[in-house]
Amino acid sequence: MTTDTHEITLTVNGTTRELRVEPRTLLIHALRDELGYTGPKVGCETTLCGACTVHVDGKPVKSCTMLAVQADGADVTTVEGLGEADELHPLQTAFQEEHGLQCGYCTPGMLLTALSLLEDEPDPTRAEIREALEGNLCRCTGYQNIVDAVETAAARMNAAEGAD
Amino acid sequence: MYPASFEYVAVDSAEEAIDSLAEHGDREVTLLAGGHSLLPMMKSGLASPEVVVDLGGVDALSGIERGDDATRINAMTEYAAVADDEGLWSDNPVVPEAAAAIGDVQVRNVGTVGGNVAHSDPAADLPAAMLAADATIHALGPDGEREIPAADFFQAMFTTALADGELLTAIDVPHLGSDDAAAYVKKASPSSGYALVGVAVVLETDGEEIADARVAANGAFDHAMALEPVEEELVGGSLDDESLPERAAGRATDDVESYLVLDDEQASSEYRAHLLEVYAERALETAIDRVGDGSNADG
Repeated sequence: MTTDTHEITLTVNGTTRELRVEPRTLLIHALRDELGYTGPKVGCETTLCGACTVHVDGKPVKSCTMLAVQADGADVTTVEGLGEADELHPLQTAFQEEHGLQCGYCTPGMLLTALSLLEDEPDPTRAEIREALEGNLCRCTGYQNIVDAVETAAARMNAAEGAD
Repeated sequence: MYPASFEYVAVDSAEEAIDSLAEHGDREVTLLAGGHSLLPMMKSGLASPEVVVDLGGVDALSGIERGDDATRINAMTEYAAVADDEGLWSDNPVVPEAAAAIGDVQVRNVGTVGGNVAHSDPAADLPAAMLAADATIHALGPDGEREIPAADFFQAMFTTALADGELLTAIDVPHLGSDDAAAYVKKASPSSGYALVGVAVVLETDGEEIADARVAANGAFDHAMALEPVEEELVGGSLDDESLPERAAGRATDDVESYLVLDDEQASSEYRAHLLEVYAERALETAIDRVGDGSNADG
């Protein structure tokens, strides 16, 4: 089998990157191994756990189940694009304060799925938060603190919006 | 897990996809839609195509078009777009309700209706909904277009009426009348989210009488199937007959040999047959409750 490669363009967190990939290269591996964005994690590799969640053209997807060539031309957001260490996103601050993580492995995916929820529904109920995060598994927290964190972040983002 | 190597072909039109399938017809060639069935199979080694033809760039295969009598769902439309389509919820909710039951947010953002239906996974959610909706499947092949009724489409596990070299391009979902009602309910596998059983119902009513009924199941058999004895029990029945859902659902496996009920590590065939009756009853009760509530009103 020939191992032909394809040149693709990904705009990751606002920065346009060109790279050559084999057709079989998964988006998660292109991001982590080729471009150095190690925020998205390799978890179950079977489209279940959501640790690899990134936004592709504004929507959360599981990057272990997308070929890099499928994402050619797309805007990709990883957790690295969410906030800076000295200027965290309200979701990140809320996860920290509410203890929405222990080991942290699921957190990048949780944050990106939660971000998408709050973009669509700025004031979600706890049931809506749980349903939105259905595709992100956490084996540490038991989820209660994650739901708390998303609620807290929503309230703060709404308050900030109201103050503008 | 990495897929094995393959040759990648990106196409811009359905015709180009057909040409590409023909050109590579002497090799193992497959179409890539959203990839949420294909890529897991390629990663686990269950599928090792030599050539993958990517439909992602075919804009004409995407989107929902609302007609007077039916809504056309083009093949590359993602589940999320169907689950969020207010017109479909109004005109035939069995399809968006099944689409909303698939996987999770991330899966629904990428997986496509055409890919799902063409794959004929016995535990997928859309096939039974397409049967209950009496949908029409449009296919394009080297000899042109043809239409396939959903009732003739699903033939066996991962096997449909699509011929080699043919592409599913769109699905027409007929609109329900204002007195009709529909529902899809499922028992999801706790680990995978696929249907252990899923039951789709469309009821056409005339006053208090059930004039026609289509009831179909996912997950229970090697492919989505109509539950004909259930339909027979319903037709001519009264919406006011409180024992009807249980009586009709109790016939779910009447004309099915017991060995045909799926039996695997997740659920024995005996348990699945039981689940099928329970979920058929719930689907019927849900649909009956919706009759006349206006949610299916035309326009």
